[in-house]
Amino acid sequence: MDAFFSSLVSIAFHGLAYGMILYAISVGLSITMGLMGFVNLAHGVFAMAGGYVMYTLMGDLGMAWLPALALACVAVAAGSIVLERLLYSRLYTAGELEQVLFTIGLIFVAVAVARIFYGNNPLAAPLPDLLKGQTELAGRSFPTYRVMVILASAALIVVLWLGLERTRWGAMVRAAVDNRAMAQSVGIDTGKLFTLTFALGSGLAALGGALGADLMAMTPTYPFEQLVYFLIVVSLGGLGTLRGPFLGALLIGIGDTACKYWVPEFGAFFIYAATMLVLLWRPQGLLGRAA
Amino acid sequence: MKLRTSALLAGAFAFALAGAAAAQTVRVGLINTYSGPMASNGDQIEKAINLFMKSGQCKLPPGVKIEIIKRDDTGINPETAKRLAQELIVRERVQILTGVVWTPNALAIAPLATEAKVPFVIMNAGTAMITTMSPYIARTSFTLWQSSYPLGKWASNKFKTAYVAVSDFGPGHDAQEAFTKSFTEGGGKILGTVRMPPPTSDFAPFLQRVKDAKPEALFVFVPAGKSATALMKGFGDLGLGQAGIKLIGPGDIVTDEELPNMGDVPLGVISMFHYSAAGDRPANKMFVASYQKEYGPKAWPNFISVGAWDGMQAICDVVAAQNGKVDPEKTMLLLRGWKNPNSPRGPIEIDPRTRDVVQNEYIRETRKVDGVVKNVELETFPMVKDPWKEFAQK
Repeated sequence: MDAFFSSLVSIAFHGLAYGMILYAISVGLSITMGLMGFVNLAHGVFAMAGGYVMYTLMGDLGMAWLPALALACVAVAAGSIVLERLLYSRLYTAGELEQVLFTIGLIFVAVAVARIFYGNNPLAAPLPDLLKGQTELAGRSFPTYRVMVILASAALIVVLWLGLERTRWGAMVRAAVDNRAMAQSVGIDTGKLFTLTFALGSGLAALGGALGADLMAMTPTYPFEQLVYFLIVVSLGGLGTLRGPFLGALLIGIGDTACKYWVPEFGAFFIYAATMLVLLWRPQGLLGRAA
Repeated sequence: MKLRTSALLAGAFAFALAGAAAAQTVRVGLINTYSGPMASNGDQIEKAINLFMKSGQCKLPPGVKIEIIKRDDTGINPETAKRLAQELIVRERVQILTGVVWTPNALAIAPLATEAKVPFVIMNAGTAMITTMSPYIARTSFTLWQSSYPLGKWASNKFKTAYVAVSDFGPGHDAQEAFTKSFTEGGGKILGTVRMPPPTSDFAPFLQRVKDAKPEALFVFVPAGKSATALMKGFGDLGLGQAGIKLIGPGDIVTDEELPNMGDVPLGVISMFHYSAAGDRPANKMFVASYQKEYGPKAWPNFISVGAWDGMQAICDVVAAQNGKVDPEKTMLLLRGWKNPNSPRGPIEIDPRTRDVVQNEYIRETRKVDGVVKNVELETFPMVKDPWKEFAQK
């Protein structure tokens, strides 16, 4: 019984760390899908960019860990504004097929660029000594870095939710998600709102990618390899919400870890099976509103 | 006018024939991993072959040349490997196939080697049964049984319990079977076994389960290269060493070229293997020195480099012995019993019966020597034949 309890703690801990990273990356995808109705399959590119930019800042420019992380997020968010204005905004009114083809093309371009600059081998920014090793908690030891990932993501989620529930910007975003035409007619500049929200989502993805490089290795094919997980998180939770992908990310994080812990020979079988069942039962996702 | 043209043509034809007779070029097809997340292993083969050809080790009779035609299988990718082998045999008319990091790729190519009667020199893929899949295969690398079986016997004298964690493909299954057999025969108890999908970048969930099971030793096989570093990172992050769990395995987990990226975590790891870049044989010292002269002081050759180095030596020797006119049956006859008393890893030979490599295995401990982390060879098990085939024969 003791051993069983201890395995539950192990799974909950590693699942939570993985789920938090998935959430940080996917929440931006959920918002862009819900807000703009835009299927941005290239979302993982921003997460990858976050990881690689941080690697460059620390490795080549010798920056410390925390400033490098912050600057990587800002840089990716700024870069995403350029992409959004230059490319994405032209396709907001296009059909879904065009959007999907465009974003897949963007992934291919990103993969090739990453390969030229960073090669094929997985890379990760080095951790500061403070975050290495283990932390003692209630008689058990946990890897310090993952403890920090969980705490930092939890703080981030609180800030994000408060921002969306309590600020004027949040109210405008919610209004635009609910009914874009009505929001526009009461004077909300949805174009500007989209750009800002897009940048926020990309910056969060960069944060998740950089923080999570330990769990999901940075390789040039990252946007393809992880895309399935991001999409599962978003569709499982429900589009256009903040809480939906959180639930989805936790389910996937803990479910995937439990499978690896107990039944590694099945790989991701249960994750995919569970996703199919949930979507058959609730096509709009667990917390999504019926269309 | 017409006459002149045909005379010219005839002349050109005769010239071409004479040219072909004078310069005998043997075409060798190399299937290797140049891209994808596991490309660092293919890089070892590439560097060793280039160094070998450049260093004048390949002594051929005058007029005989070897041309290497390279193809990229992108990783564990049997369909691609098979297609590339087909293309090399049919379109490029190669007379010898070689390379191949991964077992599934070697298995996909084996039937083509048989069908087209093309000798196939395997430079890495280490699952025991590969050489039984075609009479045209010879191997210059190693088998997982060669290291994991004697390691299990050795470990059963030191540890009562062990956990087994291996990559879920051919060589991992071999390592698991070999270690489990000898460890339990020696009185040890296996507390659990986990097969992890390759490639894995985050080993934490698997290692956490090992930690919770509290074995005395953890036996691991993961492919060398970045996977080994990721494993070592997980081992350190989760504090398995502090929890009193000893890490052991075939040398893949402490692969020489990645040691500089592993920090202090691998210190104290016990491994059994046929090659360490820290080996103090003169042939190895020369090999490492020339490798670092060519590729920089931070580049370390590993066992994959040595497998390719010796593989290329074998190919050169059989081509030279036939004066460049490569006949498949004759080539296989020459490869059976081929010897290199002076390989960087010590003496090696190809068993005439099984066409598989016979070589020394060394117990090594990973230690810091003069500030550099190295696999120090402690004990030699001389001329080990692949135990799997020895058991199969009995």
